[in-house]
Amino acid sequence: MTVVDKSVAIPGDLLSDDASRAGEGTYVEDGKVYAHYYGIINDREKIKIIPITSKYIPKRNDVIIGIVTDIGFSNWIIDINSPYDALLHISEYPERLEMYNMSKHLRIGEMIMAHISDVDYKMKTELTMQDEHAGILRNGRLIEISHNRIPRLIGRNGSMINMLHKECKCKIFVAQNGRVWLSGREENVDLACEAILKIDNEAHTSGLTDRISEFLMVNKGRIS
Amino acid sequence: MNAKPEKFIIDGLRLDGRRPDELRPLKISAGVLKRADGSCYLELGANKVMAAVYGPRQVHPRHMQDATKAIVRYRYNMASFSVGDRKRPGPDRRSIEISKVCRDAFQPVVIKERHPRLAIDVFVEVLQAGAGTRTAGINAASVALADAGIAMKSLVASCAVGKVDDTLVLDLMKEEDNYGQADMPIAVIPTTGEITLLQMDGHLTRDEFGTGFKMAMEGCQKIHEAQKEALAKCYQMKDDGGEQVGE
Repeated sequence: MTVVDKSVAIPGDLLSDDASRAGEGTYVEDGKVYAHYYGIINDREKIKIIPITSKYIPKRNDVIIGIVTDIGFSNWIIDINSPYDALLHISEYPERLEMYNMSKHLRIGEMIMAHISDVDYKMKTELTMQDEHAGILRNGRLIEISHNRIPRLIGRNGSMINMLHKECKCKIFVAQNGRVWLSGREENVDLACEAILKIDNEAHTSGLTDRISEFLMVNKGRIS
Repeated sequence: MNAKPEKFIIDGLRLDGRRPDELRPLKISAGVLKRADGSCYLELGANKVMAAVYGPRQVHPRHMQDATKAIVRYRYNMASFSVGDRKRPGPDRRSIEISKVCRDAFQPVVIKERHPRLAIDVFVEVLQAGAGTRTAGINAASVALADAGIAMKSLVASCAVGKVDDTLVLDLMKEEDNYGQADMPIAVIPTTGEITLLQMDGHLTRDEFGTGFKMAMEGCQKIHEAQKEALAKCYQMKDDGGEQVGE
């Protein structure tokens, strides 16, 4: 009787009578599942609601791209494109450093790739750079898209991102917080940026991978 | 400006031709502001209100933050040109009170525990006032909150009921509000019927209160449908790749 017949949910919408199907973005009351967000319904075994727009909220083990905003006594304070700031402790830097020369290695305004080692109940977020893909990102280009669309940019089993890598012949790092870092030849990066912004704009449409593939084919002549 | 009419209800119809249980024409569009995280423009009869939501975002001043949950801030403001005689701009006793009761109307629906230490800021600007601005503001703010991607239990719908010529009327217009016998705005969670705001001035008997409340509840249900429709339409617009433009 309460089969979901449309793709968009509004907070308070009844989604299912079966409480065991409650997924992310839903809540259960009196054994029924309701929507928490204004978002797109993902109706698999579990019903999930993916908000159309929302702020990035840090989660443990996410890989993020951050920008150093301040240096504390033994931490760097990192902007992670979220209402919450993150902390990178001196001991989580790949090399052993002393407090007095922190700013020699990582300065305000620099960009890092790191992963979230812990988020506590007060949303105090801690980062670590002792990780294989962690590092400082110098030279290259950063673009920001909505973090809700990152799964589309990666594609199923990485299909979308692999295609971009192959066709644009440049380095692309995608972080969970909606930041994408690219480096390579100017023309190649230009094309990759355009493709990514196209994905961001058309994230909710079907057949996206095919359309992006077509877009890359048409513009193939621009890259070297 | 407008004098007290001799009769409010003639042949069962009100001054503007509505039946006693009819709402004024309602128009809602979501996602109208680019810079805000969520927004909504709403017209209800002569009322024109714009709601913008920012957040969740960091709390300034810092001492207001709550380590365990988000805080909701709500500002109801009337533009100086929203009424006949120019209104002196800025918060006054009335708008501070309205901000407070409207803020409280949202406390039970917003899932504040999701965002410790943050604030959800709601700004409601009344561009043109014509009786029932607080209810119009709540309806718009509710859509704007959903548009901002804030986790909520449900939307909130709000509507007023009043009494003129000893008859209960839904969604008062200006004359009815100014010279009527009673005015009772309510805000509810339409899915559960819980009340989040209830105010009254004037006098109603116990029976009138009961039936009036039911009328207002039905009004809220209708408004809730319109809110849902506006959000669905906003998504459709984004789907077509078109920018939403006000009509």
